[in-house]
Amino acid sequence: MSLTPEQIQRIALLARIEISEAEAHATGGHLNEIFKLIEQMQAVDTQGVEPMAHAQEFSQRLRDDIVSEADQRAAYQAVAPETEAGLYLVPKVIE
Amino acid sequence: MMQWEIVIGLEVHAQLSTNSKIFSGASTAFGAEPNTQADAVSLALPGVLPVLNRQAVECAIRFGLAVGAKVAPKSVFERKNYFYPDLPKGYQISQFELPVVQGGTITVQVGAGDKAYEKTINLTRAHLEEDAGKSLHEDFHGKSGIDLNRAGTPLLEIVSEPDMRSSDEAVAYARALHTLVRWIGICDGNMQEGSFRCDANVSVRPKGQAAFGTRREIKNLNSFRFLKEAIDYEVRWQINEIEEGREIHQATVLFDPDSGETRMMRSKEDAHDYRYFPDPDLLPLVISPQWLDAVRATLPELPQAKRARFVAELGLPDYDAGQLTASRETADFFAATLAAAPGQAKVCANWLLGEVSAQLNRDGLDLAQCPITPQQLGGILRRIGDGSISNAGAKEVFRAMWAEGGEADAIIEAKGLKQVSDAGAIEKIVDEILAANPAQVAEYRGGKDKVFGFFVGLAMKASKGKANPAQLNEVLKRRLAG
Amino acid sequence: MIEKSLRQLGQALAAREISSVELTSLFLDRIARLNPEINAFITVDREQSLAQARAADARLAASAAGPLTGIPIAQKDIFCAQGWTTTCASKMLANFVSPYDATVIAKLHQEAGMVSLGKTNMDEFAMGSSNETSYFGPVKNPWDRTRVPGGSSGGSAAAVAARLAPVATGTDTGGSIRQPAALCNLTGLKPTYGVVSRYGMIAFASSLDQGGPMAPSAEDCALLLNAMSGFDARDSTSLERPVEDYARDLEKPLAGLRIGLPREFFGAGCDPAVMAAVQAAIGEYEKLGAVSVEVSLPNSHLSVPAYYVIAPAEASSNLSRFDGVRYGYRAPDYDSLDDMYMKTRAQGFGAEVKRRILIGAYVLSHGYYDAYYLQAQRIRRLIAADFVEAFKSCDLIMGPTSPSTAFKLGERAADPVQMYLSDIYTIAVNLAGLPAMSIPCGFADGLPVGLQLIGDYFAEARLLNAAHRFQQATDWHRRQPADIA
Repeated sequence: MSLTPEQIQRIALLARIEISEAEAHATGGHLNEIFKLIEQMQAVDTQGVEPMAHAQEFSQRLRDDIVSEADQRAAYQAVAPETEAGLYLVPKVIE
Repeated sequence: MMQWEIVIGLEVHAQLSTNSKIFSGASTAFGAEPNTQADAVSLALPGVLPVLNRQAVECAIRFGLAVGAKVAPKSVFERKNYFYPDLPKGYQISQFELPVVQGGTITVQVGAGDKAYEKTINLTRAHLEEDAGKSLHEDFHGKSGIDLNRAGTPLLEIVSEPDMRSSDEAVAYARALHTLVRWIGICDGNMQEGSFRCDANVSVRPKGQAAFGTRREIKNLNSFRFLKEAIDYEVRWQINEIEEGREIHQATVLFDPDSGETRMMRSKEDAHDYRYFPDPDLLPLVISPQWLDAVRATLPELPQAKRARFVAELGLPDYDAGQLTASRETADFFAATLAAAPGQAKVCANWLLGEVSAQLNRDGLDLAQCPITPQQLGGILRRIGDGSISNAGAKEVFRAMWAEGGEADAIIEAKGLKQVSDAGAIEKIVDEILAANPAQVAEYRGGKDKVFGFFVGLAMKASKGKANPAQLNEVLKRRLAG
Repeated sequence: MIEKSLRQLGQALAAREISSVELTSLFLDRIARLNPEINAFITVDREQSLAQARAADARLAASAAGPLTGIPIAQKDIFCAQGWTTTCASKMLANFVSPYDATVIAKLHQEAGMVSLGKTNMDEFAMGSSNETSYFGPVKNPWDRTRVPGGSSGGSAAAVAARLAPVATGTDTGGSIRQPAALCNLTGLKPTYGVVSRYGMIAFASSLDQGGPMAPSAEDCALLLNAMSGFDARDSTSLERPVEDYARDLEKPLAGLRIGLPREFFGAGCDPAVMAAVQAAIGEYEKLGAVSVEVSLPNSHLSVPAYYVIAPAEASSNLSRFDGVRYGYRAPDYDSLDDMYMKTRAQGFGAEVKRRILIGAYVLSHGYYDAYYLQAQRIRRLIAADFVEAFKSCDLIMGPTSPSTAFKLGERAADPVQMYLSDIYTIAVNLAGLPAMSIPCGFADGLPVGLQLIGDYFAEARLLNAAHRFQQATDWHRRQPADIA
């Protein structure tokens, strides 16, 4: 398998990372090396093996439905790039 | 002329009635100042983690049991990845491959009168997920403002099969669902506040064609009227496109209530690839049979079963039974009234759907705000039943009670509305009247029936209007027959 | 004073031989002198440190102190600490002053009363094995300043090795505690997944990340783990288990201990000088009464490929929150919302982080999910099952921590695959969720070599026991770099 610069641009768009054409080429070289390593997996027959998503086989613990968090807007917005009237500001959202 | 068949499936987002968010202890109360209910988890600060709210799961179980679905013994939370400023983590925690509720059905009544029919809509699934925040588009120097108070509010997304064939069916289904989620206490159903939102997947196909047409999804319909208008417009638009030789492309659209039209959402145009995968921060949700049983034991009688029982056991007309089970509040009010006035089901229904409902409407009140309790209303109806008051008297009692409160018997007493039902007293009045009017007695006995009314009038006057009319009639007839 | 263990420092503080303020100042002064060259710390905040030390002294005076109260510690800059700049070694968070405490931070400072000396350098978002991906520049290995300290907890490792801090916290997703411990002659422990809370530990790969102690000795690690670990209701993957004293078995004799030697860890691919030190250490264990048995981890060669699917997949999603909206870096110029996202993330993340995000987005994308992500998850189960099988015939597994000693700065920076293979012996442990340690076991060409000890689930006390007994019998862990005075 080999990733083309176009594919890399498509993934970069999904991941919202701007990359130039030159970067796509350079990154492509590295990614293809890495995928060569990853490809070793494809030789393994894993039929019937249940995928393992977690390091342990426990079930989800549940929280009581209690309001425990107080308003900390001022502290949280102190680290925000841009706020006004308690809102986070972003470039115009177009629906 | 081509005949078209309309195909509709609905995705309904019901906001679950919990105190705190689905994955954190922030409040879900509506209407707070922006971002004051956005805690560290809602904001997706670096390092924070989700922990699942038990009550949200219990709501999903209630729903699953109410629609006869399979409640999955093990379900999985996954991440749906996309970038949007109202989605702080860059992914929404939802369920994908293994939802908590699988299948189920809802039977709805479509239309009214002779054309009414029943239809069963199949559910695909219902899954738990978190709501996003809100983008506010007022002008902040050409920018948008983001309020994340709603981010993390628990939702149950209820997905139907594409089983509906008209906007009326879609509305009937949405209404039935709306009734049900409030009935079982999992959602307040407040559509203005966005607690119950519908997305409609709409397509058309030539009648008789098996394959579905290409669908377009109308997002965020927050009233039944808009749901109907949006579908009707969309159907006309799609048919027109096809008839003019254009293809329908899969799309997400918004309904503009002002113009009555749907339009494409610009932000959703690029192809999405949500890259779902199991959320490593959350373990599989396991629901034990014991938990299911415990929830089942707390589930109220459901609207359909109650409606059928009202018809079969109480002898109510199906129309009345349907009206009385349109909401949990109405059904409960009815049951409590009936308990206070036993054996008078039809009278209870008439009063609740008649006087009470009309007066609430006039005053702009909900049933929950009704100034008269079922016990008070039952008090009036009991006195109708035992002949203590006339219908006209009962209405007077009702008006007085509505305005000033009080118990029926006290009002009857105070206003002197009690009917004379004492047989001896009525007979005495009748005998005196007949004795004083021999000419009219002769006329009646000679076959002039109309004179009967003359005697009734005199007797009522003599009793100051309090004679029990039925009893009076009976005595008069007996005495006149002589 | 800088040579002392946690137990000795605790005694000195309790006996008022030294105050926490004096002790803290001592280390802060060393940091001021040596850190400019070693670059082990990203953030030092003398005032906050001394305030904590004064609070600790008050606790000591009020006899409300625990065994670690007043002892300084260096915190990996992956743990959010309220009021401290918490960067994860990324430009993305270069100005992020955390508004809240990670559970580990709260436990170590509020509960145990330790004093933070500052936030240590690391690979950006813990993605790396050399500490060269940090936005704040590489860390130098105190044993040879032309070499890397390992990564991603390289700053913590270098800080303790240079005695800029008595002990430090680290995190380990694929070897990030053990490999730098090996390269800097330290003892490091990655606990069983779920023993240490991940709340407030900035996520790299959520199903693999685990915090743990880094220190000169096993005893220090045990005491630090006692203070770091425990159930946390804010972390759904935190384990509800009875509180343990991880130091309880330190002195237990090792007679009869069965050491499993996986034949896959003793084949080609390892520097012979490293292997010689490891073999000698196993010989030492046999002298202590242990017996070695051969075991097999037949799928271990698949751990690196599976890891480089699973970890980037989780990371690509975990790092989506860095979007320039609520905190962190935002690009100065953009012409739309999407442009803001694209430029913010292009400028805010370094090359290795971007590379892994792209790998992760790709392996999860439509059409590739089954072949990559699901296949990796299945292989993960095979790898975990290998360990279950191996532990049927042994109590602990041993082998090299890293296939080589510390390599030269820049040597592997241009070759990601070569870098990824640095973690060939450590990654399988994270995939399985097992506890493991690295302990000093000798030197090759003057550079430290680490011995890896892997335990069964929840075998931390046993691992620490085996490590401690070895350290009673050897002095490798006491050796220090020459020029750190």
